[in-house]
Order: sequence, then C-alpha cells, then structure tokens
Amino acid sequence: MPAISMKVNGQVVTGEVEARTLLVDFLRSNLGLTGTHVGCDTSQCGACVVHVDGRAVKSCTALAIACDGASVTTIEGLARNGTLHPMQEAFREHHGLQCGFCTPGMIMSAIDTVNRRGKTLDEATIRHELEGNICRCTGYQNIVAAVQAGAAKM
Amino acid sequence: MENFAYHRPASVADAVAAMKKAKDGKFMSGGMTLLPTVKQGLAAPSDVIDLTGLKNSGISVSGSSVTVKAGTTHVDVATDKGIRQVVPALSALALSIGDPAVRNRGTIGGSISNNDPAADYPAACLGLGATIHTSDRKLAAGEFFTGMFTTALKPAEVVTAVEFPVPAKAGYAKFPNPASRYAMVGVFVAKLKDGSVRVAVTGAGPAVFRVPAMEAALARDFSAKALAGVTVDAKTLNTDMHASATYRAHLIGVMAKRAVEVAK
Ligand SMILES: Cc1cc2nc3c(=O)[nH]c(=O)nc-3n(C[C@H](O)[C@H](O)[C@H](O)COP(=O)(O)OP(=O)(O)OC[C@H]3O[C@@H](n4cnc5c(N)ncnc54)[C@H](O)[C@@H]3O)c2cc1C
Ligand code: FES
Ligand code: FES
Repeated sequence: MPAISMKVNGQVVTGEVEARTLLVDFLRSNLGLTGTHVGCDTSQCGACVVHVDGRAVKSCTALAIACDGASVTTIEGLARNGTLHPMQEAFREHHGLQCGFCTPGMIMSAIDTVNRRGKTLDEATIRHELEGNICRCTGYQNIVAAVQAGAAKM
Repeated sequence: MENFAYHRPASVADAVAAMKKAKDGKFMSGGMTLLPTVKQGLAAPSDVIDLTGLKNSGISVSGSSVTVKAGTTHVDVATDKGIRQVVPALSALALSIGDPAVRNRGTIGGSISNNDPAADYPAACLGLGATIHTSDRKLAAGEFFTGMFTTALKPAEVVTAVEFPVPAKAGYAKFPNPASRYAMVGVFVAKLKDGSVRVAVTGAGPAVFRVPAMEAALARDFSAKALAGVTVDAKTLNTDMHASATYRAHLIGVMAKRAVEVAK
C-alpha cells in the first residue's frame, strides 16, 4: 500500500493507505480523530469539513493519497491549552447546537468564512456561506447568531 | 468503493500516456463529481489519474479575452478582480455553484468535461461562444457539448483551458434547485462586441442549448421587454421530480428576462 505523510493539527503523521481511502477515513480510522463526522454519501451535508492547506474541504470527497504533503486542520486542532477557539466558545455560548453532529463541520466552515470574508459578517452572508452545511436539529437561527458572535471575537 | 491505481502525473503528456495505458481510467480534477460517483458505485475506474499535479491553474485577462486554465477552482474564478471587471456575469456564475467547500475544490475543466445537464459553466461557454483548449486541439463550445453528460472529448484527451471572448454585456440568471444548488434552469445572455447576441440555457434540456428566437429578439432590442411572448417549446425539455417540462419552459422565459436585466 502507498505510504503518505501529512501535517495534521501541526504534527507530522504518516500512514499506509489504499488509493481509495478517503481523507475522512484516514483521519477517523488511522488517526483516531473522530471529531470529523460523516453525515451523507452525496457530498452535501458538510459534517466532514476540515481545512486542507488553509481552505475548507469536504474530507469525504478527497482522497487521502491526494493530500500527501498537505497541512490539515480538524476540529481537534482548534483549542489551545484547554481554551476553546472563539468560534467553539461562541457555539457553546449561543446554544448553536443540539445533538452536535453537524457542529464540527459548521465550525470549520465558519472559520473558513472569517478567513475569506473578515470578522464582520451580516446574517445574509453567513446563511449563504453555510449553504454546504446541513443541520437537522437547530433550525439554524442560533448557528447564525453563534457564527456572527464568534467571527467578531476571532 | 472499489480500489483503483492512483497516478499524479506532472505533465499533460504523461497524463495522456497514463490514460492510454489504463484499462478503464478516469481523470480527476477537483473530484467533486468523480468521487461521489465512484462512492455510489456508479463508476469503478481501474485507474484514477489526478490532474492536480499539472498545477494548471490561473487566469489571464486581456482586452479581448479571458483565459481560465482548466485546473482553476470555482472560488478563484469567483474572486478574480480582472474577470469581475470585464465579465462580471462569469464571477457571479462561479459564485453560484454549490457551496464554499465545493467551490474550493471543483474546477472549470472538470465541470465542462462532465457536462452535467444542470451545470452552470456550460451555459457561460455556449453563451459567450468560448473556445475549449485541449491536449489535442481547440474546439468551439458549440462543438464541445454534444449531449447529456457527453462531450466531443476523446478518451485520452485533457481539457487544458477555456478562452472566453470579452463581451459588450453579459448576464446570468439561475433558478437553483433548493437542495443541490444546481440549476433547475439557468440562462446566460451575451451581447458580443460584434453586435451578435447569444442565449444559452442549462438545466432545462438533456444538455446546454441556444435559443435562436430569443437571440433574434434581443439582437433587435437588447431589453427584457423584447422577450415578451418569445417562448420555448416544452417538448424537448426535461421532466423530473423537481419540475415538469412545462414549468421549465416557463422558467426559461423568466430567467432570460432576469439575465438581460442584470447584464453589464
Ligand atoms: C454538493 C455539490 C453541489 C454542486 N453544485 C453545483 C452547482 O450548483 N452548479 C454546478 O455547475 N456544479 C455543481 N456541482 C459540481 C461541481 O461544480 C464540480 O466541481 C464539477 O462539476 C466537477 O469539477 P471537478 O473539478 O470536481 O471534476 P472531477 O469530479 O474531478 O471530474 C469530473 C469529470 O470530468 C473529468 N475531467 C476532470 N478534469 C478533466 C480535464 N481537465 N480534462 C478532461 N476530463 C476531465 C473526470 O474524468 C470526470 O469524469 C456540485 C457538486 C457538489 C458535490
Ligand atoms: S459527509 Fe456529507 S458532505 Fe461529507
Ligand atoms: S445540532 Fe444536530 S445536526 Fe445540527
């Protein structure tokens, strides 16, 4: 099996994968990083979003082998010394989750949005930016509030 | 998902050679269509030839044309300042594709090679009269898109770039499917610098197509009201769970008017 190496949450990791291994399966099964979720098989739900070389990517729709040499950030890589990232803290504070299944993807997409569009985000922008993240619990209202507050604190 | 051999060639010649050697190979650019298809067992290639190793992305804008290399992602087209200046309709179209993560990976070359009947880029290519550059030749958009999910590409032919003429004015209006964001109907209208008008429709038929009656009406008077009463026959349009052919025919009229109204 081909050997790959990438930086995940700042640490160099290596592994052997089949060509068909998806990035999300490498993260969850090989590395035990189960914070990244799989919610669909149609690339539509966004539960699996991570950052690859600084861009939000659906890790269910990327081959691990194609990410050889890349730098990957997952939800586990956000907190610093036990302190939540401002976007995580905002989801807690504003009750931006119920079951929490969609939350890792929501947070990774939200941070990507701030990286591209800045800290001041209006409601319409947030809703447009979250089109690829589906939540079956909250009705989105508190997610939008959390993203707006979290963005301002980043 | 079945396993396959993975290749990441660094040159177009090597990509073509790898494809010729493969039993049932598939090129991959962003993978945003190919991988879902393979995951669902709708395709089981023996070899996946990853074109991202070509590093063939980038945009160049001149007074008369915009050339987008095949590996350029939708987000890079949507945010390019040069494109926004000379063909803002193309920026808006790229920004309307899918969602941010799809736009971060999906490419123009992958989109047009796939020729999904509901994809957005085919409308811009046909609507502007783009030229498709491949590893072998140059093709007019009208020759390139041949039918549902089919193109004039030969099995080992790679799309390398798309060259759009800079129009006098162009606009795109899309009625997105609320779940997938693909076009239920999308209409691209363009008035070219030589005065000719082109109208291309995606999402409605088996593949992107032009509407000569609308082109004639807009050539006389490039305004939404010139389209009043110009209809498209529903007989050749798609009916599916999302919309009937009659409804799509109606939407073509509405979207064409909106596209003319936003054209600049
Ligand atoms: C959730 C979701 C929503 C989407 N919404 C939209 C939408 O609203 N509008 C829209 O237009 N699209 C939409 N798409 C499709 C998206 O735009 C894809 O990125 C695009 O269709 C394929 O581009 P790709 O680079 O990912 O190609 P890939 O998936 O890598 O390849 C697609 C096909 O093209 C072939 N191919 C790729 N590159 C080349 C090349 N250079 N030369 C020859 N053949 C090549 C491959 O072999 C394959 O058959 C959506 C996709 C998803 C997952
Ligand atoms: S798991 Fe649903 S988009 Fe990746
Ligand atoms: S909180 Fe349950 S899916 Fe979003």
